[in-house]
Amino acid sequence: MAIWLGVSDRGFAGKMLNISEAKNFTPYILVEASGGITIFNIKPEMGQGTFQSIPALIAEEFEVSLDQVTIKQSNGEKELGTQQRAGGSSSIRTNYTELRKVGASAKEVFIKAASIKWQVDAGSCYAENGKVIHKPTGRLFTYGDLVEEASKLELPKEPKLKDPKDFKILGKSIRRPDVPLKTNGKAEFGIDVQLPGMLYATIERCPVIGGTLKRFDASDALKIAGVEKVIEVERIMGRYHSIGVAVIANSYWTALQARKRLKIEWDTKGFETFNSSEYENHLRSLASEEGLIDKNIGSVDALHLQPQNMVEAFYETPMVAHHPLEPMNCVAQVQGDKVEIWTSTQVPSTITGTGANDLHKYIGFAPDNIKLHAKFIGGGFGRRLNIDYIIEAVNIAKLISKPVKVIWSREDTTEKGPYRPMTFSQLKGGFSEDGKLVAFQHKVISPSYQEAMRTDFDKTKADGIMVEGIGEQAYEIPNIKTSYVRADFHVPVAAWRSVTSSTVAFAHECFIDELANKAKKDPLDFRLGMLSKSSDLKRVLLKLREVSNWDNPLPVGKGRGIAQWEFFAGLCAQAVEVTYNPDKSIKVDKVFAVIDLGEVVNPDNVKNQVEGAIVMALGAAIKPGITLEKGMVQQHNFYDSPLIRINEMPEIEVHILAEGGKVKGVGEPGLPPFAPALANAIFAASSKRIRKMPFDIGNV
Amino acid sequence: MISLNINQKEYQIDVNPDMPLLWAIRDIVGLTGTKYGCGVAQCGACVVLMNGQAVRSCVTKVSRAEGQKIVTIEGLSENNKHPLQLAWQEIDVPQCGYCQSGQLLSAAVLLRENPNPTDQDIDDAMAGNICRCGTYLRIRKAIHRAAEIQQKGIKNG
Repeated sequence: MAIWLGVSDRGFAGKMLNISEAKNFTPYILVEASGGITIFNIKPEMGQGTFQSIPALIAEEFEVSLDQVTIKQSNGEKELGTQQRAGGSSSIRTNYTELRKVGASAKEVFIKAASIKWQVDAGSCYAENGKVIHKPTGRLFTYGDLVEEASKLELPKEPKLKDPKDFKILGKSIRRPDVPLKTNGKAEFGIDVQLPGMLYATIERCPVIGGTLKRFDASDALKIAGVEKVIEVERIMGRYHSIGVAVIANSYWTALQARKRLKIEWDTKGFETFNSSEYENHLRSLASEEGLIDKNIGSVDALHLQPQNMVEAFYETPMVAHHPLEPMNCVAQVQGDKVEIWTSTQVPSTITGTGANDLHKYIGFAPDNIKLHAKFIGGGFGRRLNIDYIIEAVNIAKLISKPVKVIWSREDTTEKGPYRPMTFSQLKGGFSEDGKLVAFQHKVISPSYQEAMRTDFDKTKADGIMVEGIGEQAYEIPNIKTSYVRADFHVPVAAWRSVTSSTVAFAHECFIDELANKAKKDPLDFRLGMLSKSSDLKRVLLKLREVSNWDNPLPVGKGRGIAQWEFFAGLCAQAVEVTYNPDKSIKVDKVFAVIDLGEVVNPDNVKNQVEGAIVMALGAAIKPGITLEKGMVQQHNFYDSPLIRINEMPEIEVHILAEGGKVKGVGEPGLPPFAPALANAIFAASSKRIRKMPFDIGNV
Repeated sequence: MISLNINQKEYQIDVNPDMPLLWAIRDIVGLTGTKYGCGVAQCGACVVLMNGQAVRSCVTKVSRAEGQKIVTIEGLSENNKHPLQLAWQEIDVPQCGYCQSGQLLSAAVLLRENPNPTDQDIDDAMAGNICRCGTYLRIRKAIHRAAEIQQKGIKNG
C-alpha cells in the first residue's frame, strides 16, 4: 500500500491512493508501507540545482532528511501535473511556500495517524527523520508504518510551517545529490541514451537561414557502409519551418561521413542576400520612429528642458548563441500510434501536454500516446525551452521502425539558431535647472521574440518581453517614457538566459552612469539619490556599497563600476573592479555581487549560479557575437564563437540577502548587471565610454 | 577488427579505422562518460588519457588508440574516490556536469605532474577545457583541495 501527497489544482494539500485516478492533483511525495519515501522533482535539472532544492523545500517540512528519500526526476507524466518546466528563474520563487505546505501537511497527517493508533493527543507527538515519536513514552512509528491510517485522514488545508530557526536543510549549503553522478561519468544526459537496435541520424539543414529543401541526391551517401536511409525532415520552431535532409546510419560518425556526400539543392527564397550588418543599419534608422508606447509616466514630451541639460545615447547589443555544451539531441521511437522520446529538455510538460502549443500538435500524436524519458540537461539557458529538435527526431522516427538518436553537431547548433536577437536602445535623459533628473526615455529597437514564437502575435501592441524591466526600475524619476520599435526579422530567436534583460540592462545602466557623469555625481550616490523611499533596490545598493568597499578610492590605473537590474527573475547589483593597463588593455579583476532573494534554499548553490551567470555575461560582453552574411551564419564552432575560459576569470564574491519578503529567483538575475557594471568600471578607469557589445577589452 | 584497451579491459571492435576514438568509445564500446562538445579539439569535453597523457578523443583516430592504454572518466577511480572526485564533491563543483569528465581527466594529469600547482599552473593546464556553466573558480579551488587530499594520502601511506 502507498500514499501520494501533493497539491490540488486549487492550491490545497491533498492525497491520493491511486495515482492513476488523480485529476487536478500534483503529487510530490510517495510514501510506501514498506518504508520507501520518494520525492518527485518536477523542475528539470540543468545545473541550477533543482534536483536538490525542490525536494529540500518538501523534506524540511516533512521532517525527513534528503539521505532518507529517493529523489526522482519527473518525465512529463500527466500524473505529476502541468508545471514540469524550468525557466524564468521560477522553480523556487513560484513554489516556495506551496512546497513547504505540501511537506508540512503531510507531516501533520502522519502525526495525527500515529496519535490515533496510540490513542494519545496529537500534541504529545512530534516528527523527526521520517518517524513519529510519542514524547512521553519514546515509542515510535516510521511513516511507512502509518500509511494505512494516514490514508483515511483529511490533510490540513493550512498546516503550520516550521520556524526558520529550526531549519535543518533550508538555508544551509547542503551538498547536491546529483554531483557524485557528475564526477564519474554516470549522469545520463540526452545524448548518452542507448537503446537496443538504435540508429543514429545527422541532418543537413539549409545553410541560408530561412531557406528550405528543393531536392537532393543521396546516391553517394548511401554507398557508405552502415548508412540505412536518407530522408527529408521538417524542423518547426514557432513560425519558422524548414526542411532538411537526414542521414540515418549505424553510428553517428558514419552518418556524418555520409552527410558530407549529399548533393542538395536549396530554395533560399531570397534570404541569401541577407546581411546582418546591413540589418543593423536598418535598426539604427528605425530609432527615429515613434514606436509603440510601453509606459508613459508623467509627461516627458511636455517638458521643456534646456538642451545643455540633456543627454542622449545609442546602445547596441549583438545576437548571441546559447552554446550549451551538450549540443541538441533527441532519441525517438514510433510504434504504431505511440511515440517514445528520450531527451534533455527544459519543458517536459510541453512534450507530453495537451495544450494548443504542445508537442502533440506538431507531430500528430495523441498526448496520451507520447511518453518521455527526461535526462539530465547539459546546459539549457533557454535553448531547451524550444522543441524544434524533438519535432525533427519524431519526424524521422515516423519513417523507420527502430529508435533513432538525432545529434546536432556543434556546427549545427551554432549555425542554425535560434539566437538572442540583437537589441538596440535609444536613451534620452534630461535634468531640471537645479540638477535633478526629471526625464528619462528608453526606446528599444529590435526583432520581436513573441512574433517569432507565436503565429497569433498582435503587431500593434508592444512586445512586452522586448522591453522588460525598463519601465519598472525603482529609480524615482517623475517623467519616464519607454517604447518599442519592432523590426521584421526572419532568423529564429529565442530566450537567452535573462532574455531581454541581458541586453536592455546594458543600455539602461550604462546610461544611468552617463547621467551621473553629467550631474558630476558618484554613480552610486546618483542612484541612491533617486531612491528616497525604502525599496529592495535601495537595500541592495547599500549592501553593495559596504561589501565592495565602494567609498575607498582605488589606486591610479584601476576603476570601479556599478550596475543593478530588477526584472521578472529577481534583483542583483554588482560592482566590478578593473585595471586599465598602459597598453590600453583592461583586466577584469573582481566582481562583487549582491543578490536579493527574500528566502534562500541553498546558499552555496546560489553562489554557483551567480558566478556562472557572470561568466556567461562576460562572454557576451567581450567575445564576438553571431553575424550573417549572404544569409548564412558566419560562426561555426568555438574557434570563431569563443567562450570564456578559466584563464579569463575575475575573482567573484557573492553576497546573498535573504531577509524575508517576496521570494526572488536565482538562475538569471546575476547576468544583466554585469556588462553595464564592467563598462562603467572601464569608464572610471579609462574615461572611455563603451556603448556597444561586444567590446574588445584588449584595446580600449 | 581493432582492439582497444580501455580502463584495463580489452574490447574488439569492427569499425572504420578513421573513426574518432570519441565515437568508438561512446557508440561502439558504450561508455558515455566521455562527452562530445565540439568535435574540433576546442572544448575538452572529450579528453581521455592515452598512456597517461590527456588526448582529445574527438580528433584522435581509433587506429591511433590501438594497443595503447586508454583511461576514460569511468576508469579514473574504482569508487568515485580519486582525490579530484572527492574535492569536486566536497566543493559541489559541477552545475550541469556535462564538461566535468574532461575537466577531471585534464586535472588528473596536472596533479600527477605537478602535485602542488599554483593558480597560474592550473589556468595553463585547464585553459583547454570549456565550462559553459562557468564553474571555473570552483574547479581551481577543487584542484587545490585535491592536491591537499593527495598529499595527505601520501603522508598516511
